[in-house]
Amino acid sequence: MATEVSFPDRAAKVADAEQEFAAEKMSLSMGPSHPSTHGVLRLQMELDGEVLTKCDPVIGYLHRGDEKIAENMTYNQFVPYTDRLDYLAPLANNMAYAIAVERLAGLEVPARCQAIRVLTAEMARVSAHLMGLGAFGLDVGAWSVLVHSLNQREHLYKLFEELTGARFTTSYTRIGGVTRDVPEGWLGRVIGFCDQFEPALEETLSLLTRNKIFLDRTVDVGVITKADAIAYGLTGPNLRGSGASLDLRKDKPYSGYEQYEFDVPVGSKGDCYDRYLCRGEEMRQSVRIIRQVIAKFPGGDWYAKDARKIFAPPKDKILTSMEELINNFMIVTEGPQMPAGEVYFEAENPKGALGFYIVSKGGGVPWRLKIRSPSFCNLSILPKVCAGTMISDVVTLLGSLDFVMGECDR
Amino acid sequence: MSASVDAISALKAKFPQVTDRASRDCPAVDVPTSEIFAVLKALRDDAGFDLLSDVTAIDWAEGASPRFTAVYHLYSTTSHAAVRVAAPCAGDDAAPTVPSVVALWPGANWHEREAFDMFGIKFTGHPDLRRILMWDGYPYHPLRKEFPLAGIETVLPDAEVAEETKAKVIAAPMMGGPFVTSSGEINLTEAEPRAKDESWSERTEKPSA
Repeated sequence: MATEVSFPDRAAKVADAEQEFAAEKMSLSMGPSHPSTHGVLRLQMELDGEVLTKCDPVIGYLHRGDEKIAENMTYNQFVPYTDRLDYLAPLANNMAYAIAVERLAGLEVPARCQAIRVLTAEMARVSAHLMGLGAFGLDVGAWSVLVHSLNQREHLYKLFEELTGARFTTSYTRIGGVTRDVPEGWLGRVIGFCDQFEPALEETLSLLTRNKIFLDRTVDVGVITKADAIAYGLTGPNLRGSGASLDLRKDKPYSGYEQYEFDVPVGSKGDCYDRYLCRGEEMRQSVRIIRQVIAKFPGGDWYAKDARKIFAPPKDKILTSMEELINNFMIVTEGPQMPAGEVYFEAENPKGALGFYIVSKGGGVPWRLKIRSPSFCNLSILPKVCAGTMISDVVTLLGSLDFVMGECDR
Repeated sequence: MSASVDAISALKAKFPQVTDRASRDCPAVDVPTSEIFAVLKALRDDAGFDLLSDVTAIDWAEGASPRFTAVYHLYSTTSHAAVRVAAPCAGDDAAPTVPSVVALWPGANWHEREAFDMFGIKFTGHPDLRRILMWDGYPYHPLRKEFPLAGIETVLPDAEVAEETKAKVIAAPMMGGPFVTSSGEINLTEAEPRAKDESWSERTEKPSA
């Protein structure tokens, strides 16, 4: 053993060195303009090396005051604003909003209108999940998935354009119906899309499902327990990925969902991989629903004909009949007339349960319209899940939560 | 639906001050402010309403009493029933208060921050009551009825940028709008859509506040 050399100021030097190299926490701001934050989310993070000790999401960069705007316009005028909530699935938002207002009015729409809405909502779900899948793949370094999914989305957009006149912001529903009936031959083209989509989806998913790099990056990463998911109000694939079998289409069927057979995929662990698997399976189930809707597509009216104070009459009638002209003028200027009361309706959207809480004092303008957005609730769990994870896993987690800031910030 | 009806009657037996609230869909109750925490706890633990869908508020306009109502939407993941619980806010118009339920559902955190941001409702016992959609230091609560749709001119959130650029957050240029009738109007002459604020247009400047 070497003789110990004594330095008089050794203790002081050790103390100095410890202070100098003490693990200093670094604060890092990720976003609002960052490719993996999928929009304008900012994460204010506190890092100990590569490990997150704290994560505070800063939202509101896309806040447009949709709820304030809703209080200042008629029910029908607000439909285009619902497109811009979850702008990846405007048709599903349109439907959720229309049903909420119809529940307020106590109005039942005909079977054909319900079928059209279910059909378009499921197509929107496929389109939204494709985008979520592609962006998730991109986040973890799988570029080709995005290319495949954008290709399929293009087919869907062509169908949307033919039906609604718009590719992206469709504004397709009206209170009490939809803007127009399905064009001739369109249903056949939707079947054609499904026929080519099913093998293409399997091919796209096969790029990830057994991909070693993808598995390494997602399995056991960003685990959300079932109890946490429920306590934070998560909904949609994020909740089901955590093992809770909750799907409003099954549990509280609306718009005739009870007629269709489909399975609700449920994860077991609640990690990023489970959420990915849930979304993949949901697309298969959506195609299943689309085929069933078309197989028993009902005839009849595509809007509520008896709701004369709510749904504007057809254009040819307006131009030829005095009564119809007056009726149209009243609906356009005063809005569809609603009784006083309050209603809350949630629909199972691609991102989760999109809810509309409407307080009416009567008349054509809501007194208060609250939008319960699934992305907002899904993001609120971030501080809990991020604490203690590696910074590279945050990107994976964000991709797997699949949120849309337009809906989160409203 | 019967699950929520049973839950409501059990709740009313336990809390005699709970009363039925008019609703067009799910069962709804009015609860005094002081009992809201206990009622929601009973609904969560005894009746199985374990998922808090939404927390929000309603502004009944200046002069109304109570002016603000906090509204909670609960959902049961087992019976798939839903219930709405409403509580009037205590306190004056400037700082209405209602007890926070973050201790029951951590997910209420952001919802209550949003209601605070938009209405200025103080959720007592909230661990971190900051603005969430608007920036820190924003002086107004935009969803209050007296706040104009166009917005109010304010300073930029970043003081350094504000000093450098001399820019301000300006009110939206919405000349002549919005073209809507007032809620609940029945007189047709009054109900005719017109610009709510006719004091300014493309030709005349907006009078400063």
